[in-house]
Amino acid sequence: MIHSLFLINSSGDIFLEKHWKSVVSRSVCDYFFEAQERATEAENVPPVISTPHHYLLSVYRHKIFFVAVIQTEVPPLFVIEFLHRVVDTFQDYFGVCSEPVIKDNVVVVYEVLEEMLDNGFPLATESNILKELIKPPTILRTVVNTITGSTNVGDQLPTGQLSVVPWRRTGVKYTNNEAYFDVIEEIDAIIDKSGSTITAEIQGVIDACVKLTGMPDLTLSFMNPRLLDDVSFHPCVRFKRWESERILSFIPPDGNFRLLSYHVSAQNLVAIPVYVKHNISFRDSSSLGRFEITVGPKQTMGKTIEGVTLSSQMPRGVLNMSLTPSQGTHTFDPVTKVGE
Amino acid sequence: MTDSKYFTTTKKGEIFELKAELNSDKKEKKKEAVKKVIASMTVGKDVSALFPDVVNCMQTDNLELKKLVYLYLMNYAKSQPDMAIMAVNTFVKDCEDPNPLIRALAVRTMGCIRVDKITEYLCEPLRKCLKDEDPYVRKTAAVCVAKLHDINAQLVEDQGFLDTLKDLISDSNPMVVANAVAALSEIAESHPSSNLLDLNPQSINKLLTALNECTEWGQIFILDCLANYTPKDDREAQSICERVTPRLSHANSAVVLSAVKVLMKFMEMLSKDLDYYGTLLKKLAPPLVTLLSAEPELQYVALRNINLIVQKRPEILKHEMKVFFVKYNDPIYVKLEKLDIMIRLASQANIAQVLAELKEYATEVDVDFVRKAVRAIGRCAIKVEQSAERCVSTLLDLIQTKVNYVVQEAIVVIKDIFRKYPNKYESVIATLCENLDSLDEPEARAAMIWIVGEYAERIDNADELLESFLEGFHDESTQVQLQLLTAIVKLFLKKPTETQELVQQVLSLATQDSDNPDLRDRGYIYWRLLSTDPVAAKEVVLAEKPLISEETDLIEPTLLDELICYIGTLASVYHKPPSAFVEGGRGVVHKSLPPRTASSESTESPETAPAGAPPGEQLDVIPTQGDLLGDLLNLDLGPPVSGPPLATSSVQMGAVDLLGSGLDSLIGTPNFVSPPATAVPANLGAPMGSGLSDLFDLASGVGTLSGSYVAPKAVWLPAMKAKGLEISGTFTRQVGSISMDLQLTNKALQVMTDFAIQFNRNSFGLAPAAPLQVHAPLSPNQTVEISLPLNTVGSVMKMEPLNNLQVAVKNNIDVFYFSTLYPLHILFVEDGKMDRQMFLATWKDIPNENEAQFQIRDCPLNAAVPEVPSTGGVPARVPGLRDHPQELRPHPASAPAFHQPRRGAPWEVAAPPSPGRGRARLLAPTGFPGPDSRACPGPRDTPVLENPLFPLLLMFSVR
Repeated sequence: MIHSLFLINSSGDIFLEKHWKSVVSRSVCDYFFEAQERATEAENVPPVISTPHHYLLSVYRHKIFFVAVIQTEVPPLFVIEFLHRVVDTFQDYFGVCSEPVIKDNVVVVYEVLEEMLDNGFPLATESNILKELIKPPTILRTVVNTITGSTNVGDQLPTGQLSVVPWRRTGVKYTNNEAYFDVIEEIDAIIDKSGSTITAEIQGVIDACVKLTGMPDLTLSFMNPRLLDDVSFHPCVRFKRWESERILSFIPPDGNFRLLSYHVSAQNLVAIPVYVKHNISFRDSSSLGRFEITVGPKQTMGKTIEGVTLSSQMPRGVLNMSLTPSQGTHTFDPVTKVGE
Repeated sequence: MTDSKYFTTTKKGEIFELKAELNSDKKEKKKEAVKKVIASMTVGKDVSALFPDVVNCMQTDNLELKKLVYLYLMNYAKSQPDMAIMAVNTFVKDCEDPNPLIRALAVRTMGCIRVDKITEYLCEPLRKCLKDEDPYVRKTAAVCVAKLHDINAQLVEDQGFLDTLKDLISDSNPMVVANAVAALSEIAESHPSSNLLDLNPQSINKLLTALNECTEWGQIFILDCLANYTPKDDREAQSICERVTPRLSHANSAVVLSAVKVLMKFMEMLSKDLDYYGTLLKKLAPPLVTLLSAEPELQYVALRNINLIVQKRPEILKHEMKVFFVKYNDPIYVKLEKLDIMIRLASQANIAQVLAELKEYATEVDVDFVRKAVRAIGRCAIKVEQSAERCVSTLLDLIQTKVNYVVQEAIVVIKDIFRKYPNKYESVIATLCENLDSLDEPEARAAMIWIVGEYAERIDNADELLESFLEGFHDESTQVQLQLLTAIVKLFLKKPTETQELVQQVLSLATQDSDNPDLRDRGYIYWRLLSTDPVAAKEVVLAEKPLISEETDLIEPTLLDELICYIGTLASVYHKPPSAFVEGGRGVVHKSLPPRTASSESTESPETAPAGAPPGEQLDVIPTQGDLLGDLLNLDLGPPVSGPPLATSSVQMGAVDLLGSGLDSLIGTPNFVSPPATAVPANLGAPMGSGLSDLFDLASGVGTLSGSYVAPKAVWLPAMKAKGLEISGTFTRQVGSISMDLQLTNKALQVMTDFAIQFNRNSFGLAPAAPLQVHAPLSPNQTVEISLPLNTVGSVMKMEPLNNLQVAVKNNIDVFYFSTLYPLHILFVEDGKMDRQMFLATWKDIPNENEAQFQIRDCPLNAAVPEVPSTGGVPARVPGLRDHPQELRPHPASAPAFHQPRRGAPWEVAAPPSPGRGRARLLAPTGFPGPDSRACPGPRDTPVLENPLFPLLLMFSVR
């Protein structure tokens, strides 16, 4: 199981370590640094590194490497998934997940990590439960704590922990009952020179923010559920009901959560809301070239398109570019070679 | 106010200051101090000196403070075991606390304190907690058993905690079940022999029920545990599959992959005719595709596993090619994995798409990736025959880009394409040759040389090309040297007239100037082949080669089956069985797929499939770098074998066996038939065998005789020294007569006539038996071959070295002198057999001073002569030749033989097959000036003697 966790910033300093079993010397990270040096970019550090006695599994998020040390045969996905969960939890607790924030809240971080894993076994990873055990630091609470001397550690066993709905605590009360659902879709498309779509598929998620009193049982139905190729649900969704009726039926967790993620494959004709045309030309005998992209809205059944950003990864050979947009602002970062 | 303030104390005496604060009366101050201590701990600062002070803070109602102290304890208890005892009382007390949270916390922390003395006190509270009414405490206690087991396994067994843990599998609360399973799995992993997770249908049922209700992590543990179970029939397998399938829709990718593992394993048991089987296949694809939209690290692990799944059941993802297309922003490790899977999925249906993609990739910036992409194009060509043409033209396009590494990779893969489709795409060779100069990697050079050699007859300037490579022969890597040798020999066999010089050059480079035994041996083999029987050489070297097969670097089926059982684990990431890399000491149980139960499926199940598969299948896989050498050797030697088909293993062993059988023929016992002798290609027969036997001798630079064996012609008199006359030649012995085969070449501009030859006096009285007869005048650039018969009646003079021969050749221009060494074997009679009595009599005739006796040490007898049971010292008595023991070179046809060592051992002895004693005899001419002139007996007593030769007696005894 997970032995230890090291947090390493992009300059290669270990700024936090946590051990769940016996202490593993931080020298084990040298192997990681070696791999880091070999990889030209931080993104390219291999996620699984083997050392003579341990295995290092790492994820890179928010410019921090989260390196887990394991010693026995453990499903690597389990470890990586857990690491991502750790990051999500930090983000949930502190708003952002960055080195200064983690350092500022080091005790809370330590307590949270201790609650999340016991002897390498995940203990409580649901944000709701964690927040009951260890309250996230807010300015108000800090003030209250200093005055009253109370702590931000819950002294009651989280109620959800053992119920059949572990994701929801009992006794939730709101004066305004509200629920929001965000549908976020990411379209992966390849568009040829003439502007016609070669392939396009959608990776979508439904994120929800539910603030409802008591134990609400919700159902959500889709116009055309057959479109969804592969879905993965939050544990709260009743799978049987989806299988038989294609209806989402669930008791939601309290607060923010991801209800489902889905995939619409290329077989279904994916309509892209914009059209894109591009043209690249190089002038002979000079190192200059011209790259034009035209983006415009397609018919979208009356919906408007907002916040269009265009970013383009330039090859390493590109030194600089002068951008002339017909609309909006533009930047070019010569380091990452991304023009926006 | 943030926690960062805890880091800011940098004053001197920090520890001291903290100590004071910890002992303060104020709760607030205490808590702040502990927080400071914890903060220092997290960054790796040593604050263990504060141990007693921190432990003092443990007795508190404040839960946060308690937790912080516990955190500290876990870290430092190990370093202060005596102090840690102080904490025990508090732990025991906390385990009785009415608040389940505190009970659980206490038992959890105690388990983390890895101090033996504490563990003793832990047992009682733990036992209580395992039976606690609150499931939260029970599930914590379950994990604690695993912790305790890690510290003191014996204690856990003695206390009966394992049985309690097993009971927890039937607990009413799914979370407790999951944790119990996880704990048991971990304990079982360190003790593979213990039968802890003894699963039966009842417990499986409980697990499946718990599966639906427990947390995602618990699901992973349960699924992994399920994967170890082997259902008793296909019905049970199906019902488990049905209940596991919903897990494929879980948001946690680890759950998905664990579910995939269970399904992949149990599918093995399902009959393919079942509708359910098809449904299951269909259900497996979407979740796998979805895994690829996760974070890159997850993608990587998923892709490694998909790689296995695609090999095992390609049908699952055959329509999903597009999802494996590389995205521009994928990390490199993801890109490489995707590429690999793309090739595995490539088929006739999607090849156009794949090729278009690969071509794009080949113009990317990342060198590794581009290389792999180019290689992938080649693999596509080999895999999908219909696409070969397109692949080749794509590769040509890429070569036109002139990007160095692209060109080199392209040439390497084109070589493979040629091997798969011989005589089909030769038109591209011209393009390849254009890029000859830019090749700087050994692999690309070797590939190019191979192509030139293979298609030498179609490349006009093949000899020039190869010659250009030959210039820097010694600087090339072995791979290139070997290829160059083979290619030039091929070229020579195809265009013998123009390339003789070239082949001589390369053979001498390979055999004389190289330290590499492989290169040398291959050089000798070719040399012998060429000089013995050029036709046979042609058949051997230019034989039709087996086509390489389409599937490359597949994982071996049994390993694949094992790895399928490890989907989702580290083993699947490394594509190695866990036994290959898991820390030693912990045994690993080998897992295997369950056999399919339906008998109708038997032919399709992997267990029985290999029986029907052609045995040569695995041989055809493209060899890796390391195999190249052995492979080429086999390719060149294997095919011409007629008669009984060779066993695969004997082909693999080719080189070794040939040497072995060569030795056998050298020993020449008629009743001895060695089994590996079958490896000698039948149509090559004896010359081949004995030719190889001479490999041993050649190391000394001079060949020996065996029947029709003739050493290759060497240039005796270069044209430069003889005003345009070049003489090369060799000595042969055929049916009792010695002859000198001469080749005279006129490299001058004028005609040469009036040839005559004369020998100086020499050790064995060699003299021409007939005048040198060159019938017609030798016009410029003409060559004549003359066989000059010799006898041993000439006058004798001891030469240094013994077999030195000084020759004078006269023609109309001038008289030229040269000297050469003749192989002693041409002097030996074919029938050297002697009657025992006569031998002893002759032996006695030789004065004792003429007897040389020496011990042969460290001779590797058992390798060369399997019949000699022991490898002892072999004393050899060599009378008459005391001063020249190293010149001993008996006729291979007469039983025992000395050999100059190839390397290492001072002597190699081939003894007769009967253990014990053997003898050998050398015949030398009369008047041989031995160390003592009295030692030269006349020909009086040996009927086998030819002319006035004197006997040389050898006696061996083998201990």
